[in-house]
Amino acid sequence: MIERRPIADAVGHLIMLAAIFIVAFPIYLAVIAASHTIQDVSQTPMPLLPGAELLANTARALFDGPQLVGVSGATPAIVLLMNSFIMAISIAVGKIIISLLSAFAIVYFRFPLKNFFFWMIFITLMLPVEVRIIPTYKIVADLGLLDTYTGLILPLIASATATFLFRQFFLTVPDELVEAARIDGAGPMRFFKDVLVPLSRTSIAAMFVIQFIYGWNQYLWPLLIASDYKYQTIVLAIGRLIRAPDAFYEWPVIMGMAVLALLPPVAVVVLMQRWFVKGLVETEK
Amino acid sequence: MEKRVVFHNRFLPYLLVAPQIAITVIFFFWPASQAVVQSVLREDAFGTSSYFVGLENFAALFEDDYYLNSFKITALFSTLVTVLGLGISLLLAVTADRLIRGATVYKTLLIWPYAVAPAVAGALWGFVFLPGPGVFAWLLSEMGVDWNFHLNGGQAMFVVVVAATWKQISYNFLFFLAGLQAIPKSLIEAAAIDGARPFRRFWTIILPMLSPTLFFLIVVNVVYAFFETFGVIHSLTRGGPAKSTEILVYKVWYDGFEAQDLGGSAAQSVILMAIVIGLTVIQFRYIERKVHY
Repeated sequence: MIERRPIADAVGHLIMLAAIFIVAFPIYLAVIAASHTIQDVSQTPMPLLPGAELLANTARALFDGPQLVGVSGATPAIVLLMNSFIMAISIAVGKIIISLLSAFAIVYFRFPLKNFFFWMIFITLMLPVEVRIIPTYKIVADLGLLDTYTGLILPLIASATATFLFRQFFLTVPDELVEAARIDGAGPMRFFKDVLVPLSRTSIAAMFVIQFIYGWNQYLWPLLIASDYKYQTIVLAIGRLIRAPDAFYEWPVIMGMAVLALLPPVAVVVLMQRWFVKGLVETEK
Repeated sequence: MEKRVVFHNRFLPYLLVAPQIAITVIFFFWPASQAVVQSVLREDAFGTSSYFVGLENFAALFEDDYYLNSFKITALFSTLVTVLGLGISLLLAVTADRLIRGATVYKTLLIWPYAVAPAVAGALWGFVFLPGPGVFAWLLSEMGVDWNFHLNGGQAMFVVVVAATWKQISYNFLFFLAGLQAIPKSLIEAAAIDGARPFRRFWTIILPMLSPTLFFLIVVNVVYAFFETFGVIHSLTRGGPAKSTEILVYKVWYDGFEAQDLGGSAAQSVILMAIVIGLTVIQFRYIERKVHY
């Protein structure tokens, strides 16, 4: 900065540390709650320092699920986590594949209806699930896809953002590469597979991070589609658990589950931070 | 923009766009058109047939106090989430930007709430404010507040705003920080040499230079508060107590699935569609401006 202002710097660091502390506080409390017995957590207020039950409670969350009086079918978190992984990874991979293909068609071919298709994909941005909620549910029901992985995944893999991102990137790829590929006798699909996709690696990684989080954090859609507990995702289970009617809340196990629910996407963001920031910034262009 | 060199094939491009277009038509366009059709129909008492009622469903909505109330609640909720979220993250971004040491570490430590699902954010904050064990609930009652957000509508709104804002701060922070770092240092130095103090520099140089980012973030935050906070509301309050946190997307779901009012829910969908189209148009017109900026 321009002026040397040691006091202002110290205040700045204090503000940042306070913000980080407040932002992390609810997660700290969730971990603490997960490390105590239910009796300890039921005190007013609950203890603020870790207890000794973290492993036991996590194991109970993973393999038994929290006990809720009056609610049947507690699903162990291991099943929920698996459903979430299946859903998040399939959505991310599905979106990337169909968007790579359609961006390739739109950039590297001239054909009638090209702009029409481009606009169709664009308009999906204006049609989130919330504005077509019952008819979409009805179609999935008519296709017999309620309580299936296909029903959870397929309707979510259209992606205007991914298509735009890849289109944007393809437009920056030098034309000489196409000419060279042609001279070497490579057809369009060969060019796509051996030149374009390898060149798009960083865009694909950025898209994967963003879409994995998108898929993992879905809530309204699984709430509609997965009425069978076998197909619930962990995020959906958390939302249902903490407002279960007249339940006896096993808070240590529920909070342990909440931590399990946020760990994978948070790990993806922190470990793949470079691609995450790239993905966020580029999808907004 | 067009490529100069393209491939020639009559059928391949159609094959390539087919998966995307098929999903778009089956799960986006067809249901959206059905929502529009249903919004002008009403089912008879037995649910066996439906008949055309024109704009009656819409008229009924705007005479329904709960719906008007839901509009007001959504306006309040999205204003609070947008203003608080942008205010706090701008303060943090400006603070982090002027610190030479630690800015990257702070960034890493602040961005992760973006990855937390709205419903999980709701669960975490619901526990912090839970009457009984909740630490903030305890602090508040020690201060003499009669705290129970399951019973008090204003307190319920407070908790959903906190949870929804918390999740969005990291996103705003990242964009503000990038915007701040893109402002040429020479401009600020020139102002400093001319004798402008830090506050003056902020108002006359930094904030105007940041205005494209700010406008963009306002639109993104309003869209977020309108359409992406269903999980927060559903996990924390179920729209209650007494519908005090029933935002529009919660009501459209509730009326369609819990109350089985198809026509009313479809009419609400159409209104939401108009809102989202309006917001998208604003967003893209703004982005066009940013390109020339």
